[in-house]
Amino acid sequence: MSGSIQDTFFEECEELLEATDEGLTAIEGGDHDPEVVNAIFRAVHSIKGGAGAFGLDDLVAFAHRFETVFDEVRSNRLDLDEKLIQLLLRSSDQLSALVEVARDGGEIDEAHNDTLLAALDEYIPEEEEDLTFEPMGLGGPAPMMDLGDLGGAPAEPQEETYRIRFQPLKEMYGTGNEPFFLFQALKDLGELTVTMDENELPGFDAMDMAEAYLAWDLVLVTKETRSKVEAVFEFVEGLCELSINGDGDAEAEANALAALNAMFAAPPAGDAAAAPEGEAPAAPFEPPVPAPEPEAKPAVAEEKASAPKAESGKQEQRGGPKPTLRVELERVDRLINAVGELIINHSMLAQQIANLNVSDTRDVETELEGFKNLARDIQEGVMAIRAQPVKPLFQRMARIVREASAATGKTCKLVTEGENTEVDKTVIERLSDPLTHILRNAVDHGVEKPEDREAAGKSKVGEIRLSASHRSGSVCIEIKDDGAGVNRPRVKQIAIEKGLIPENAELTDGEIDNLLFAPGFSTAKEISNLSGRGVGMDVVKNAVTGLGGRINISSAPGKGSTFTIILPLTLAVMDGMVVSVADQTMVVPITSIVETMRGSDDMINSLGADGTLLSIRGNFVPICDVAGALGLYRESDQQAGVYLLVETETGQRCALAVDDIHDQRQVVIKSLDGVCGEIPGVAAATILGDGKIAMILDPESIIAASPTAAAFDTERRMSNAS
Amino acid sequence: MKTKVLAIDDSRTIRNLLAATLEEAGFEYHCAVDGREGVDMYPDVDPDVVITDINMPNLDGFGVIEELRGTGINSKVPILVLTTESAPELKARARGAGATGWITKPFDDASLIFALKRVTGAAA
Repeated sequence: MSGSIQDTFFEECEELLEATDEGLTAIEGGDHDPEVVNAIFRAVHSIKGGAGAFGLDDLVAFAHRFETVFDEVRSNRLDLDEKLIQLLLRSSDQLSALVEVARDGGEIDEAHNDTLLAALDEYIPEEEEDLTFEPMGLGGPAPMMDLGDLGGAPAEPQEETYRIRFQPLKEMYGTGNEPFFLFQALKDLGELTVTMDENELPGFDAMDMAEAYLAWDLVLVTKETRSKVEAVFEFVEGLCELSINGDGDAEAEANALAALNAMFAAPPAGDAAAAPEGEAPAAPFEPPVPAPEPEAKPAVAEEKASAPKAESGKQEQRGGPKPTLRVELERVDRLINAVGELIINHSMLAQQIANLNVSDTRDVETELEGFKNLARDIQEGVMAIRAQPVKPLFQRMARIVREASAATGKTCKLVTEGENTEVDKTVIERLSDPLTHILRNAVDHGVEKPEDREAAGKSKVGEIRLSASHRSGSVCIEIKDDGAGVNRPRVKQIAIEKGLIPENAELTDGEIDNLLFAPGFSTAKEISNLSGRGVGMDVVKNAVTGLGGRINISSAPGKGSTFTIILPLTLAVMDGMVVSVADQTMVVPITSIVETMRGSDDMINSLGADGTLLSIRGNFVPICDVAGALGLYRESDQQAGVYLLVETETGQRCALAVDDIHDQRQVVIKSLDGVCGEIPGVAAATILGDGKIAMILDPESIIAASPTAAAFDTERRMSNAS
Repeated sequence: MKTKVLAIDDSRTIRNLLAATLEEAGFEYHCAVDGREGVDMYPDVDPDVVITDINMPNLDGFGVIEELRGTGINSKVPILVLTTESAPELKARARGAGATGWITKPFDDASLIFALKRVTGAAA
């Protein structure tokens, strides 16, 4: 069994587990359609079947128990009550865990596994429990006949002669079993002599086509064990009269022969019905069928295996929901890179045409516009290849919520929306950890204990809503719980204790909520096993910003909290504003810009020695000079006269001062990883139409490093406090 | 002429396993992903033996047997069912529907070939 078949198995397992999860979720939602139950049964059954082929015993054992319970359900012997549904959900999670361990290695939580197995066992009736999964053996399931007195000696690799009397019942012919093929199988075991007994064949007039009249006497000389001989007749057990007698010595053989002859010569009196009277042929026993030469192999067997047919591959593609093509990720990424280059190329071309100083460029521009649209189409098409629905990710999250609920003794259900929203594959992969963390937090800290919920007049079951949607060129993922909301006094107290904010700071509700993302913040009094792990929400935030996204929290006391994650549709291209700063061209991500404006002197106010504030419609916003923040020096009379108003995740506003705004365009993101180390204030780079490299700025880190912004922020809090 | 096998199973893993073993042993291998497709493919493939899973969407293994046996022309083709358990009642039910024999999953190459041998006489 090659590795590739095993890979197929694990791939298939993913699909089957998804189907199982999906079905169970439907059942949990009250859909007890028999077809849903059947689909789950089949999925678990297929996992078991495949796992058996690869000797994955733990997986087989668990899947078997799981499947048996489901069999009870689909046979209507078991009611799907709440308790059972919860058990099935946890079992499905465990099944996933076992598949993961089988594929990636690692440890199984034996205690948990045993607990679930025991819980499943309670639903399995006694007699079914004995129905153990039997590894394939050649031995028949039960003795096929009275074996009689064989001397009890185990078969030895000595040659033995078996006398086999084989008389099919008429039922056998309805099953497609052919005596001839059985004899061929027997012949593989040793030397075989076949004699047909047609004594019971009636005359033509009395013949009933549906009846079975023929019998065979076989003599097999073989070194194989008796069970091997019996195994040949496994499929016809109960469909024939069969006796297999082995004898060691010639005398017994002779006696048996004599007995057989006597028997055939005169049918037993009691069998009169089988042999119509007057028609019973009294002819001496003559072998009408020539015994095949033991040496001669059946003709069919001589056709040796040649090259495997390519046809199976073709057949394999039949059916299935939609035809798909599996492509290495690397190939898609190469294509994406090439499309990125194409977009850059277009910009360069446009630039050069503009530089030509030709008076009438309308025709060229029309073509160029077509080029641009095509490039975008290609880009979108390629992006679509990488895009995947968030459904599998969301389904995994349902598991996380169940686990977290079980661990905390709370009852929560996860409601998902927008599961078919498509997001870049890498984004989905890297979103798994942050989402897991947020959801665990929501269960652990957000949702109240059932009794507290009841006291607050809420349903005992906490609801966590996980939704995905496309929102103006971004993907929005929202995690909303109906718990107690952020405990603001407590959050603030902790922030003060940890020195994150001054003691007398006055913060808006939004600012307090967003303190959760501050590095080193953790509200858990003791690190709970679940969401704690010494990791705070700041890690979540870093993961999201690492994807070029933003995360925000809003909360209403007693009503719950909502985490909002905004992500770019793709990691490869973004919309940016092209600006110049001290003779350098730079790009600021559009997503972070609230508004832009040209400043005049009367809008600028000083703060302390070096700081300046921008007055916008009566509000003051600290100015942060990008050139200064990046350590760039302006020549002569250049001045930063244009302001980009940006808002940070904590709700802090800041005006980024740049020299000029040139353009707003789509840029291809080129990572600086491996080119140079981390530069504060710079997120990545891109190539512009003129072929020059431009830095893509990270406004958040520029503001974080700005003394003016920090001073203003502190002052504002102090003044709010007084 | 190679012996033609039509395998019907909704599990890709099992189909691949069957394909690998049977093609190496020199059988001509065809497969269908569920019972309905299997029955539909039957006339075109005209196999010497059918191997079918029991639990499948659209049409299950029992349905496959009943339809193939019911058509008359195909009443004699050997049909082996793939079962996970060697549960006697399951075998009895399959046989009642007209199955020729069974292959217990997980199967090894030898037992698969042996089962085919007993119903087609062919080792390949």
